Amino acid sequence: MLTPSYIAQQFINALNMGSIYALVAIGLTMVYGILRLINFAHGDMMTVGAYLALAALTVLALPAWAALLIPMFVVGALGVLIERLAYRPLRGAPEVAMLITSLAISSLIENGATMTLTAQPKPVRLPAELTQRVDVLGLNFAVMDAAIVALAIALMAALTVFVRRTTIGIAMRACSENVRVTQLMGVDVNRVIAVAFAISAGLAAVAGVLWSGKFGIVDPFMGFVPGLKAFVAAVIGGIGNIPGAMLGGYLLGFAEVFFVAFMPPEVSGYRDAFVFVLLLVVLLVRPTGLLGAREVNRA
Amino acid sequence: MKRFAPLLLIVAVLGLAGLAQSALNDYYQRVLAVIAINIILAVSLNLTNGYSGDFSLGHAAFMAIGAYTSAILTLPARTKAIVLPDLPLWLSQVELPFIVAILIGAGLAALVAFVVGIPVLRLRGHYLAVATLGLMVIVQVVALNWQPVTRGARGISGLPPFTTLLWAYGWMLVTVAVIWRIVHSPLGRAMMAVREDELAAACRGVPVFRTRLLAFVCGALFASVAGALWAHLITAITPSSFSFLITFNVVAMVVIGGAGSISGSVIGAVLMTLLPELLRRVETTLAIGGQPLYGLSQIVIALMMLAVMLFRPQGLMGRRELPDVLAGLAGARRASLPAHAEAAGEA
Repeated sequence: MLTPSYIAQQFINALNMGSIYALVAIGLTMVYGILRLINFAHGDMMTVGAYLALAALTVLALPAWAALLIPMFVVGALGVLIERLAYRPLRGAPEVAMLITSLAISSLIENGATMTLTAQPKPVRLPAELTQRVDVLGLNFAVMDAAIVALAIALMAALTVFVRRTTIGIAMRACSENVRVTQLMGVDVNRVIAVAFAISAGLAAVAGVLWSGKFGIVDPFMGFVPGLKAFVAAVIGGIGNIPGAMLGGYLLGFAEVFFVAFMPPEVSGYRDAFVFVLLLVVLLVRPTGLLGAREVNRA
Repeated sequence: MKRFAPLLLIVAVLGLAGLAQSALNDYYQRVLAVIAINIILAVSLNLTNGYSGDFSLGHAAFMAIGAYTSAILTLPARTKAIVLPDLPLWLSQVELPFIVAILIGAGLAALVAFVVGIPVLRLRGHYLAVATLGLMVIVQVVALNWQPVTRGARGISGLPPFTTLLWAYGWMLVTVAVIWRIVHSPLGRAMMAVREDELAAACRGVPVFRTRLLAFVCGALFASVAGALWAHLITAITPSSFSFLITFNVVAMVVIGGAGSISGSVIGAVLMTLLPELLRRVETTLAIGGQPLYGLSQIVIALMMLAVMLFRPQGLMGRRELPDVLAGLAGARRASLPAHAEAAGEA
């Protein structure tokens, strides 16, 4: 069973899952870095993105690139809107206040989708040019698989340049070091936070589109578990740290896929449990993650 | 008179429960029992989410532990031979009384909470939210895959219907009494001190980690009791019975009632049980284009939670308790009340 082609197939799977987890984890980690908010509605941005892509492909009959760009920008705007309505009024309130509203937003999205679009999963039919399989160097994979990895890497590269080179990107990193001091330096923190939410939600939407393309299905609750797992990825990499989230995403993707691929079948049903046991182990052994800085508790 | 008020309350609640048990039809009895179970859940979740300032989302997981433990331990050996033929021998022979099964389940849940709490509670409070959600996924996955013991996705049905109104309200009284005592003891003070300022509390000699862990373990213990009661009320359990939906609704009860108030949790639990029950009828009758509006009641709950957080973050009761409020209405000065005076002033 452990033929080279099987291992190669799992390797491609892991790269796919890792790319998606990384895209979702980046958004979680950016928002956490600035606001100390664990955004439980983040996974639902994936769901909204996937539904929008489905609508673009089927109802509007748009080409694939439009089905990617529309969700990215619309959900990005949605992220800004949610921040404005549900998180900004609570800034300065106890840490859990925003966490509670994010739970409520998550429930609103999931049940809103259930009520209007029913809980029935909807199939996603990709354009033929994405499903065709190609052989490269003896590896056999679908164009979609390659597209997921390429797109994720391109977006992450763009984000890295943005965060390192642009003024607002630098302000964003400054905010995650210390919001109050950044504000004193004359940075408009509200603008930085709005941009962070736009990027975070936009990336999650792309991840949702890729996820639904890979698994061929969309349903109102599809974002819940990947959203949680992306948090595990962010913690593995060191929460608040963007390169950490990318690294954590790929590590988690590989850990999960290889767990399923190389464990006996009666154990592989425990894949989700494995991921969260991994979270507990990381929190016990190295709570700051691989690249994270120690959080100092100041008076 | 004041000293006997709690005793009077206990007698009154049990008397009414007994009366309702003989007078009301099955539907109303079930709603009343669910109210009691939800009160247990909300009040126990309040210990972490309201008093010690951590944010647990693990109640569904602990309920599942209690429900499955009690189900497996109380199911008659003859039935087990049929529905769970692959059970380990020692488990297939046992047939324990309800109360013993509840206590074993509670112990098990407390143990799990202890093991999860040790790595997580050394960190910031909100890590607990994700870790406990993770725990919920772990418990669900185990319940789905551990075929010989849990029957996987098919679940276990035909449980003996032990949960009468007297059982439910009896346990509710025990829960409220125990947690009331904890909150009004030095331990409860320590919890609130940790919530207000962990560093300051540590400086004053409060064992922060132990206090947070104790609050979490206690909450888990009572959640497990509620799970067992629920299992023997509905008489059938599946892994999906203990989903995030349950946790979310219990959180809504605590938040809307007022985190940091036991009577707030009780009021929240009553409201949040009755409201969806009423809305469920609306969902099926008020259909647009023949489509039932499934999800409507959850949307209403989520909107209420949002509204409370934005406009009245302390919830309905704030940190006051019902006796304080009643005394305030009667014209007594708040300052003359002990325990909650300063908390009420601040809220």
